Amino acid sequence: MTQSNYLPLVLGVPVVGAAAVLPFLVDGYWLSVAVYILMYTALSTSWALFSGPTRYIALSTGAFFGVGGYLVGTGMSDYEQSYWTMLVIAPVVATILAALIGLVTLRLSGVYFVIFTLGLAEMIRNLVSWVQNNFLGSRGLYVLTDLTEMHIYWMLLAITAAVFLFGWLLGRSRLGFALRILGNDEQVAQHVGIDTAQAKVILFMTTGFFAALVGAVVAPRYYYIEPNVVFSPELSFLVVIMALLGGIHRLWGPLLGVIPFTLLWEIITVYLPNATTMALGIAFLLIVYFIPHGVVGLAEKFLKRGEA
Amino acid sequence: MDIVISGLLLGGSYALIAMGLNLQYGVARIMNLANGELLVLGALAAFWVFTTTGMSPLVTLFAVAIVGFAGSWAVYRIFLAPLVRRSANQGQLEVDSILATFGMSFFLVGVMVSIHSEYFTYSFLASPVALLGTTVALNRLVAFCFAVLIGGGLYLWLNRTRAGLAVRAVAVSPEAAGLVGINVDRVSALAFAVGGMVTGVAGVLVSTFITLDASVGVIFTMKALIIVIMGGVGDIRGSIIAALILGMVESAVATLIDPGLTLASAYMIFLLILLFRPQGLFGRRAA
Repeated sequence: MTQSNYLPLVLGVPVVGAAAVLPFLVDGYWLSVAVYILMYTALSTSWALFSGPTRYIALSTGAFFGVGGYLVGTGMSDYEQSYWTMLVIAPVVATILAALIGLVTLRLSGVYFVIFTLGLAEMIRNLVSWVQNNFLGSRGLYVLTDLTEMHIYWMLLAITAAVFLFGWLLGRSRLGFALRILGNDEQVAQHVGIDTAQAKVILFMTTGFFAALVGAVVAPRYYYIEPNVVFSPELSFLVVIMALLGGIHRLWGPLLGVIPFTLLWEIITVYLPNATTMALGIAFLLIVYFIPHGVVGLAEKFLKRGEA
Repeated sequence: MDIVISGLLLGGSYALIAMGLNLQYGVARIMNLANGELLVLGALAAFWVFTTTGMSPLVTLFAVAIVGFAGSWAVYRIFLAPLVRRSANQGQLEVDSILATFGMSFFLVGVMVSIHSEYFTYSFLASPVALLGTTVALNRLVAFCFAVLIGGGLYLWLNRTRAGLAVRAVAVSPEAAGLVGINVDRVSALAFAVGGMVTGVAGVLVSTFITLDASVGVIFTMKALIIVIMGGVGDIRGSIIAALILGMVESAVATLIDPGLTLASAYMIFLLILLFRPQGLFGRRAA
């Protein structure tokens, strides 16, 4: 084990430390932008940990995020649990859900998985609304806590750091090695005795876990949880596009996509509120056709050309 | 009986949508996730023409068919053929086509929202008809008859003509089809265009009895995908039967439990298929 293997860790600590003091320097609008950046970084990085090696476009982020937010809402309003209890329960439920979905769909071709996740957020939203209307009574779900934007920012920072730490550890583990082989050639992976289905399911569970955790952490920002708001299919697509823009072959790749895209998205939603869907479509097309390997892939290509 | 009839009538339209998608995915190998948006585009055209000129959707249908065919052909040639050439294998093409058609679907939704951001409501042939002891709306019945005609025509085209034979050959194996002298590029474009045409027409028919809005396309894409998988990829006959099953299950769930749960019931079917017959009802198990 050479020293350079720990370099990311050594560099990571001061970056997280610097990010932690940000709330003392800025407030209001820029703090909320920073919250979004952290939220999307955690979501897209954990998304890329699964979708990068497997090349399965998971569109389930919105569903798991919604499960996180909704469980916090229903737990606090309908069952009078504390916020912190629900913060623990929500990701556990989402992880179990991800395991079930993974066990059913990930044994088969990737297309089934993509299709299954495509409508997942919408389907869960329908089910939840139905249960809400018929059995729980359509009372509002309030999430009232003492947490301020600053606290949410720190919690998200901790989650983001955890995602990176997890990704870094994964890269050094047997599972990570198995995933790299799987990503290059699934048949080879099977022949050398890797249980590919199991590896995919485990990774998918972590994606579900982190998405629900993020959903639960940002729930207090909504105050009032509405299934239509927390189960947003748009979120799933935003996460995918940010990760792709950055590049999904490096752990820090999605980060390079999240920062510019979040800022761009802020501008679009402020100045062109009616054109967000169209802008999302155009962004997708541009990335697929012009930067299929993301910003990281582009930079690496230029560096290689410089050497040659 | 009510449930069976209304399920059959709904299934007829689903069959058309699924046939369109099946041609695009089964033959042209493009997982077209903008399929539902194309359907909504057809519906928007019917709505817009009807409310501005009062022309019957059944006339608009023909214009939509032509535009849908030409438009899908162009989209395949300009946007999708480069992806087919670029990708080394089927897996890569699937990922690329999924992402590209996502882009297209969002773009189309955006365009449609800017044209008409509210529900596409209009009343066409909304009179009750007695049928086998139950009452149905005339527009549903007419839409079903058209769906049968179009579906039947498509079936004959695929099974009785030379072009249809070429399409089916590409569906079985693009490599082998190329070896026996079929222009795979051309046939794929043709299948994609016909698929788009059928989907657009289905949109016109659906708009006569379901109120749509610009953002509802993804639900139809979802259902069409479930039908295609249930019936077996590349299998038109399977799609028709699967569509009728989905139509009936949905109308049963909507009548007996709650209309808000139709998507959940579609998911239920999807789960059962994935667990017990992932190759589809009529598909052969992959070797």
